[in-house]
Amino acid sequence: MLNKNVTLSLQGCVRGATICIPVMPGIIAVGMVFGTVAAQKGLTFLETILINSLVFAGASQFVAMEVYGDPLTLGLVVAMIGVTAAVNMRMVLIGASLRPWLGQVPAWQTYPSLFVLTDLNWLLALSEYNKGTRDWGIYLGSGLLTWALWSLSVIPGYFAGSLVSDPKVFGLDVVLPAFFAALLVPLWKGKRQTVSWLVAGGVAALTWYLVGGYWSIFTGAIAGAFAGAYLDD
Amino acid sequence: MTEGAFTADPIFLLAVLGMTAVTYTLRAGGYWIMGRLPITPRVRRGLEALPGAIIVSTILPIVLKGGLAVALCLVVASMAQVILRKEYVAVFCAAGAAAALRAAGL
Repeated sequence: MLNKNVTLSLQGCVRGATICIPVMPGIIAVGMVFGTVAAQKGLTFLETILINSLVFAGASQFVAMEVYGDPLTLGLVVAMIGVTAAVNMRMVLIGASLRPWLGQVPAWQTYPSLFVLTDLNWLLALSEYNKGTRDWGIYLGSGLLTWALWSLSVIPGYFAGSLVSDPKVFGLDVVLPAFFAALLVPLWKGKRQTVSWLVAGGVAALTWYLVGGYWSIFTGAIAGAFAGAYLDD
Repeated sequence: MTEGAFTADPIFLLAVLGMTAVTYTLRAGGYWIMGRLPITPRVRRGLEALPGAIIVSTILPIVLKGGLAVALCLVVASMAQVILRKEYVAVFCAAGAAAALRAAGL
């Protein structure tokens, strides 16, 4: 198909991990806040570690903790799983867009590595791919570092409650969206992107006003992809 | 809670395993489906448009929620990126702008 020359090397992993270091303060801050929230909700230390390291999807964990209650009933369990699915629905699209990149890598390597798929390493991998990189260590290395730091950051947050009580004071809350905005810049090529992004933005904003929550990512992205697919040059 | 730090409620474990399973299914599902769909030129164009559309749809609600301060920070990040083409510098500028704007009470 498109690229038979996709490789994996340790150098690639190291480079992937290095590239995402500037965003790590934002990840660590959010992880610490999750630890604090979990402690306040009365989770044990082990429970906090398990939910944080296994689910590994920040926004959905916070929403699930809003649903959580003690005593935990089976109804609440179903609700927690349901909101997790809703918030993480965008992962379907992110994974789909990685197909041209990772499609040549053997399945026994890609499927385990999809466990560490996040918006962050997806975006990094994609922008590197557009620059001509074919070493998917970029994806794996950045994913593993993010997972490791995310898993560790919850510990100080759990025990030291208010260490980062308000990430806003240090501007840490804009780190991730700013990174997204920066990586959007090189993706712009011309009219196709302009139309596709306007459609995506319009639908996302409308969904956000009407429904709220995280559905806007899903509806906006699909609308934008359709606009891109059906806009003929 | 009377439980120790290294114990876990079985029902909570069930919730965690369910959340993990559903999240992994979504992570791997889109990738899996795309391996089974014929990649026509139209599908390929849609896939190419997808990343930008996802980013726009992710950022916009954050801006709508965060108001003027967040919007300004993202403008700073984009401008820095257009001029310097260095993601980490753009992120640093945006975080600095956010801290400054908050300190100024915006």
